[in-house]
Amino acid sequence: MTDNSPLHDVIVIGSGPAGYTAAIYTARAQLNPLVFEGTAFGGALMTTTEVENYPGFRAGITGPELMDEMREQALHFGADLQMEDVESVSLAGPIKEVVTAGGETHRARAVILAMGAAARYLGIPGEQELLGRGVSSCATCDGFFFKDQDIAVVGGGDSAMEEATFLTRFARSVTLVHRRDEFRASRIMLERARTNDKISFLTNTAVLAVEGDSTVTGLRVRNTLTGEESTLAVTGVFIAIGHDPRSELVRDALDVDPAGYVVVREHSTATSLPGVFAAGDLVDHTYRQAITAAGSGCAAALDAERWLADAHDPGEMIPGEMTGAKS
Amino acid sequence: MSESTVTVTDDNFADTVLSSATPVLVDFWATWCGPCRMVAPVLEEIAAEKAGSLTVAKVDVDANPATARDFQVVSIPTLILFKDGQPVKRIVGAKGKAALLRELADVL
Repeated sequence: MTDNSPLHDVIVIGSGPAGYTAAIYTARAQLNPLVFEGTAFGGALMTTTEVENYPGFRAGITGPELMDEMREQALHFGADLQMEDVESVSLAGPIKEVVTAGGETHRARAVILAMGAAARYLGIPGEQELLGRGVSSCATCDGFFFKDQDIAVVGGGDSAMEEATFLTRFARSVTLVHRRDEFRASRIMLERARTNDKISFLTNTAVLAVEGDSTVTGLRVRNTLTGEESTLAVTGVFIAIGHDPRSELVRDALDVDPAGYVVVREHSTATSLPGVFAAGDLVDHTYRQAITAAGSGCAAALDAERWLADAHDPGEMIPGEMTGAKS
Repeated sequence: MSESTVTVTDDNFADTVLSSATPVLVDFWATWCGPCRMVAPVLEEIAAEKAGSLTVAKVDVDANPATARDFQVVSIPTLILFKDGQPVKRIVGAKGKAALLRELADVL
């Protein structure tokens, strides 16, 4: 299907630190990027509290504020930001097509994928049924509703520690439920949670079900060492067990690893398709930081810029051979 | 952007929403909720396009806890569509414009 919509140099899909950084760099390079921010604009940082480790903000900055700044910076350099979700893509040929949820088709010579990752759920009975009725994946959004109540946080990483600590502002008690007794969380975040009087730890504990009819009344749990089952009486459950890459859009079109992360060439952001680059949490199963996402968004913009320049001048084109990355 | 949505409080919720002759989509939100910021411009657009056939109302849960409590809102953003004073549809979490319109299509 071809139509006569204008041919862009670059389309960016995604609007976290990776997407906005790619937008800033490609806009400054006069590539007039068209950016599909999608519903979840701002990305994962929109549901975090204080970001203390983004260089340049020594007093910290909230996730939404940081994203506002990046977004404004992209706008300032002329990026065309569209608050639309992308429904489908066609990435194989020299002209890439992106179809929005509104049904419009947009065309570009290069595409930067930066859709990020989505919160993972436990997949246990009661969880989806009680979502928004006591089950939440956003402590900053919903903590307010649990003033003086007993609640639980499920998970063992930094985001679980951050959420548990944040939720003590509201809750009477926070029980941190984790299936092992070791934590992926960084020492500073773990210590902060451990020394908080309102937080108690329930380790080696698997969550079997969320209980409740119209609202959450408890968590059915099992001790993984003794096999003993019990119910933890809580009115709120915050799920913080990690994220999955949002690669559904492109999973059939280019190489992804078994966990769904888009595979890129080593020391590059090039995917298995020429002219298609990927950055941020969509690619990164190792670091997953705001700063690493921003860094790879920058790399994707520079890779796309170089690729477009080379494509203009076939004499200088580098053979599109995959090197390095073996997985 | 000019505002097409209306602001509703605990005090005027019954008059503005429950007694409305046209359907009212109520957005429960708060300033500290990131995903609420995502959905706000989408709701402005829907309000402008559907003016006359749908009212889009916003309830700040921080300032109006009673209304949020009455409708058991414990997660935001939550959107509730009221028709003839009755809640007929509940949507939890930020969604895109196309997705929202699709969800509302069967009840509007």
